[in-house]
Amino acid sequence: MDVWDWDKAFAAIPPILEGLLVTLQITVLGSLVAYVLGLILAIVRRSRIPVVDQILWALIELIRSTPLLIQIFVLFYVIQPAMGLQLSPFATGVIALGLHYACYTSEVYRAGIDAIPPGQWEAATALSLPRSRVWTGVILPQAIPRVVPALGNYTISMFKEVPLLLAIGVAEIVARAEEQGTSDYRYVEVYTMAGLAFLLLSFPAAILVRRLERRVAQK
Amino acid sequence: MFDNISVIFPRILEGVPNTVIATVGGIALTIVLAFASALGLLASSPVARGISRVYVEGFRGTSEVVQLFWIYYALPILVGIDLIPLAAGILVLGLNHGAYGAEIVRGAIQSVPRAQYEGAIALNLTPAQRMWRVILPQAVVEMLPSFNNLFIQLLKSTALLYFVDVSEIFKQGDSLRASFNDDQGLIYLIELVFYLLLAIMITMTMRWLERMASRRVGRTPPSRESALAKVSGGAV
Repeated sequence: MDVWDWDKAFAAIPPILEGLLVTLQITVLGSLVAYVLGLILAIVRRSRIPVVDQILWALIELIRSTPLLIQIFVLFYVIQPAMGLQLSPFATGVIALGLHYACYTSEVYRAGIDAIPPGQWEAATALSLPRSRVWTGVILPQAIPRVVPALGNYTISMFKEVPLLLAIGVAEIVARAEEQGTSDYRYVEVYTMAGLAFLLLSFPAAILVRRLERRVAQK
Repeated sequence: MFDNISVIFPRILEGVPNTVIATVGGIALTIVLAFASALGLLASSPVARGISRVYVEGFRGTSEVVQLFWIYYALPILVGIDLIPLAAGILVLGLNHGAYGAEIVRGAIQSVPRAQYEGAIALNLTPAQRMWRVILPQAVVEMLPSFNNLFIQLLKSTALLYFVDVSEIFKQGDSLRASFNDDQGLIYLIELVFYLLLAIMITMTMRWLERMASRRVGRTPPSRESALAKVSGGAV
């Protein structure tokens, strides 16, 4: 048995590309959840509502210091049945990744908002802008461009964590590669191709983010 | 809800040693690889720089699950040695986090002021003395908070070893799921508490190291507000 079989490697490409498509869909949708929810969390936490603030802090710390794999299982096997619903593994994955990463992006937004000089808040108050206009018209347009590279980094991290969802049956890259390998116990080709699929996307994305970082730093 | 805790708790507790071994082993390998490849990244030899760059980008650019499956299922076919699951796990945890650690070490070394290099050269120290006695003691203080985040990230990744049947905390809990279907909430709660406690232990150890390291170079460490770790999510 040869160590490397080119036919096997090429045959694995179509299913891996299908898995890649699923992985990308989850990454994009999960990122959207993380971007929006993270921003909401950051704004709510900045208002420092008693009790709500402490609960959110504890929740964010808990999610950030425990494995994502457990959170996926809790959402799939505990929370959903308790709420009387059963979403598809795909939807569960989007929500689990979105929630997990929202805890990270909320810190990113917080840092971005904290970096806005107090004079901006004072000027907005002096113009007696309503609270919502202060956020949408003054603070966020300045804060968000600075945090784009950090958000991009978390999307890349998320992309690489999608394979965890194979545990609940999402047909992403690694699950598809595994299924190609088990037919004849040849794993070298399929897992190498799966690795290349990740590298092919995340390496250029990482370079793009580094460029953005530099551009934001220059401003 | 707590009726079966006398069965559930000890079973999950049995997974703690393997999680700790994987974490400690992974951390040890991470430190070695991070320092070796950071020195490689900063070396003048293009070969050393090239090898380190390929390692760092290769492991940061691919998914940890793929790395685990590759090392556990594919590597034995290539080299003809079977790895026990725990060893494969430690290897992957170390290789993956070592690649992220390399950038931490490189950044910290580069953050040491230029004058420190010049002073060391003026004192006629050899390049090795310069690194060991002047640059690294100062760089280590800078890198410890980032390593704290990285090690907690590594602890969280030990749950991946479930995929290769290492009986660590998460796998132990999973083995209970079939027989204690109604107690799943409790099972995961106990697991989360164990991970949280281990994360706090890592943070406390790192804070202590940080104080020791800053005292050694005559600095007082800045106090930070949160007792729990700030985790960086493995930023690329």
